[in-house]
Amino acid sequence: MLNVNIKSKAFSSSEGEYLAVLKDLSFECADRSFTCIVGPSGCGKTTTLRCILGLDSDFTGSITVAGETGSQKVSAVFQEPRLLPWRTVEQNVRLALKEVEESSLDALFEVLGLSAHRAFYPTELSLGLARRASLARAFAVEPSVLILDEPFVSLDEDTAIRLRKLLLKVWSDRSCTALMVTHNLTEAIALADRILFFSGDPARVGGDYLINVPRSERDEETITSIRRDIKNTVNSPAASGDR
Amino acid sequence: MAVLSAMGTELRSGDLLFHTSATLVRVAAAFVVAMAIGSAIGIFLGRSKLLNRLFDPWVILFLNIPALVIIVLSYIWFGLNEAAAIGAVALNKIPNVVVTVREGAKSLDPQFGEMAKVFRFSRWQTLRHVVVPQLQPYFAAATRSGVSLIWKIVLVVELLGRSNGVGFQIHLHFQLFDVATILAYTLVFVAVMLLVEYLILQPVENYSRRWRVAGVM
Repeated sequence: MLNVNIKSKAFSSSEGEYLAVLKDLSFECADRSFTCIVGPSGCGKTTTLRCILGLDSDFTGSITVAGETGSQKVSAVFQEPRLLPWRTVEQNVRLALKEVEESSLDALFEVLGLSAHRAFYPTELSLGLARRASLARAFAVEPSVLILDEPFVSLDEDTAIRLRKLLLKVWSDRSCTALMVTHNLTEAIALADRILFFSGDPARVGGDYLINVPRSERDEETITSIRRDIKNTVNSPAASGDR
Repeated sequence: MAVLSAMGTELRSGDLLFHTSATLVRVAAAFVVAMAIGSAIGIFLGRSKLLNRLFDPWVILFLNIPALVIIVLSYIWFGLNEAAAIGAVALNKIPNVVVTVREGAKSLDPQFGEMAKVFRFSRWQTLRHVVVPQLQPYFAAATRSGVSLIWKIVLVVELLGRSNGVGFQIHLHFQLFDVATILAYTLVFVAVMLLVEYLILQPVENYSRRWRVAGVM
């Protein structure tokens, strides 16, 4: 379970100005849930993720991760794949691991369709493949919480759809709590059990929407109707915006 | 022709091999010491603004002390021994390495650092797999300028206080005004350095750049 409770988070500019980004932001992600955070650009979504990942500890409040399995509690898929270009795909994944179980790694590469690319350098991969490798690394460490920061932006729609399916498959095979930031509402509806809408300045959770339809039944029509429902029930600018 | 015959004479007597290898060993030792210490200092200064501000004047000072001053002082203070000789050469090179590697350390990509933190790389893993590969072009630059600078200074060190090496031989033949032998030693050592460049430095560099070449294709 992931429990986020950020009382305030601010940046100070180089001129000494003080800019509050998040205020009284609190939410909880249940075990094995898939939560999406949707909100306008620059509203503090990525900042929230950075706080959870421990990359930014300059905030007041608390973040707790209660994990049951896995050697590592939190892992991440960044917006850019962030693979070390001087290491092969397999080395990139292995570097993140402390002890390696051969069989599980083979299976992971197989599921993600990377078996043939293990010995490739990231510079030789398309963006879609690099993103898959980044997913492989994040799942390989068997995290109890997985953080995803817009992992599918700047991909063509077909590739994005394929990758979303892969993500769901790998995620549902493993028991981890996923928290993903996106500004694509359709993507959020297709993936999540629950969508949090960030709004305001400084940002807080402006809306909370639970999706009860099983993922397998979320076809285009259902997504459109969920989208309409969100528009009517969630009072947040992020909910009405397209994308 | 005279140079070639001088080369032949020196080769037959065994002097050429003996003195050239003595110099080569000193070049290698001074190079390793200078690169190791210089890189370590460079990385620290590049990563910490405070350290950089504190030690920058020292770096500039050592960059500008004439090689001869360092050599003479180190012979006076530490005696006419091998450690003093190699130390003096290394000390001449260290500030150069520091300046080059510091630039590299300043421009490390924070994205990779964050990735390493999230995936809990150990300090050693971070250094070896994240930091050093990013600094590779800077190491290559420091190596290139380093080997040539070091071998020039090694000759001075040998001339002033060693009883073997190419520098010592040049000094000896200078006293005899034997230009042919001086040129013979110079040519042989330049040839050795060319071999080092093409047989060691370039293959190493190509290997460490293999992932870039792949990207171009």
